[in-house]
Amino acid sequence: MSALLKNELFRRLASIFFLIILWEITSKIIDDQIILPSPIDVIESIKYHASQDLFYHVYITLLRVITAFFLAMMIGSAVGIAMGRNKKIDDYFDGWLILALNVPALVTIILCFLWFGLNEVAAVLAVTINKIPTVTVILREGTKAVDEKLVDVGKLYNQSRFEIIKDILIPQLFPYFVSAARSGLALIWKIVLVVELLGRSNGVGFKINEFFSMFDTTSILAYTLVFVSIIMSIEWFLVRPTEKKLTEWR
Amino acid sequence: MNDLNIEIKKKSFPLKIKDKKKENIIFKSLNIKITKGQFVVFFGPSGCGKTTLLNIIAGLDKNFDGSIVTENNKLNSKKKISYMFQTPRLFPWLTAFNNILFPIKKEKNCEKIAFNLIKKVGLEKYRNQYPDKLSGGMQRRIALARAFAPNPNILLLDEPFISIDKKISNSLRKLLIKLWRKNKPTIVFVTHDLDEAIELADRIFFLSNLPAKILLDHEINLTRPRNPNNKKFIFLKRLFSSTTRFKTK
Repeated sequence: MSALLKNELFRRLASIFFLIILWEITSKIIDDQIILPSPIDVIESIKYHASQDLFYHVYITLLRVITAFFLAMMIGSAVGIAMGRNKKIDDYFDGWLILALNVPALVTIILCFLWFGLNEVAAVLAVTINKIPTVTVILREGTKAVDEKLVDVGKLYNQSRFEIIKDILIPQLFPYFVSAARSGLALIWKIVLVVELLGRSNGVGFKINEFFSMFDTTSILAYTLVFVSIIMSIEWFLVRPTEKKLTEWR
Repeated sequence: MNDLNIEIKKKSFPLKIKDKKKENIIFKSLNIKITKGQFVVFFGPSGCGKTTLLNIIAGLDKNFDGSIVTENNKLNSKKKISYMFQTPRLFPWLTAFNNILFPIKKEKNCEKIAFNLIKKVGLEKYRNQYPDKLSGGMQRRIALARAFAPNPNILLLDEPFISIDKKISNSLRKLLIKLWRKNKPTIVFVTHDLDEAIELADRIFFLSNLPAKILLDHEINLTRPRNPNNKKFIFLKRLFSSTTRFKTK
């Protein structure tokens, strides 16, 4: 037993197992499916929904998450790097940035739907706008921390501005990209669900709203579990290996 | 034939002392003509503007009154100046080999040139290592190889062998002479170590404290390789120490 406790993987799995047991016991004590269904009920529900339209809605939501994620990463990084490199741009846009950071997600979502209608563009745009400021802040701080002495090496050997960004700035910014991506993925899918709940007729958020009106807690948990595990797989099988590959020189 | 004409009318840094803005003058009417293919050493106390001078020559510091004219500049828009900094300044995310490749990666045969250089500095076994895994001496060898990679007309070196083991810095100096002799670029080398200056230089400029002036401009005609225990070497060292006011170690 003590040998097992020394194994990291065992400790991680044991903790998840413990959580499930705790859930099972609590649901037995409460004994009310609307408050807390048991894990077994939820798994049954996943099986049922999988035979229905679960994967279609998960797919739709995932598409929105990925589109908004890449848009926000690209625009946010570009603005952040520009602000970090150029003091004047930083002075002009710092106020905008603080404003953007403090506008509630809900307000941006409702405004986008009001301005552009209840459509796909408005939905993805709303999520993107919510995420851009945080990416910008992370990349701006990263850019300010860049080693100027290495940039000088690039200038010395007649590298163009674009080459300096590509070959000298971006490698130094990898840790900041990873950090922005990680927090971004978690934030974006939560906002996407709100967007779907408010103004779309498909996706996980839409389904959760539907189950809410029927007090179907079991199905809500079923959808949530499936989606959370997808986001976790992206972190484990995509973000972490990429991070490891890109920072192997450290 | 002059290869490098340095003409600095004025170079200063803004200085703030107790909220009063002052100007710290580094150079004032400094005129130096350097002959092509010569190994020139600037010797001076710490903080006398040696690094600033190199940054001006390299074109990294453009904030000064005056001009730097290289012969090559007139003929060809692509100036070929290379620079070995005080710290190796290698890119930590590139392997040793790719660091050497960096200045020439757009040229033909760049891989061949880089491989020849890494062999000459004796690190071909380490070509796929990242700089952080190499010792300080090895990092400097890579930096030296990178500085020679673009086959420069003018090579600037800013106390490159400082703060490392004496044995290693000796071998690095020998390596530098070996590499220099092949294509004979004009070298501008900066140091505050008199032994190093006499060992390397064809010509030494002695700089004063700020604002820096040339105190003495002396040609060294000793045969290479030079031995610090040689009588002429010792004589020169005594001569310079007495005429240039600063203490040697």
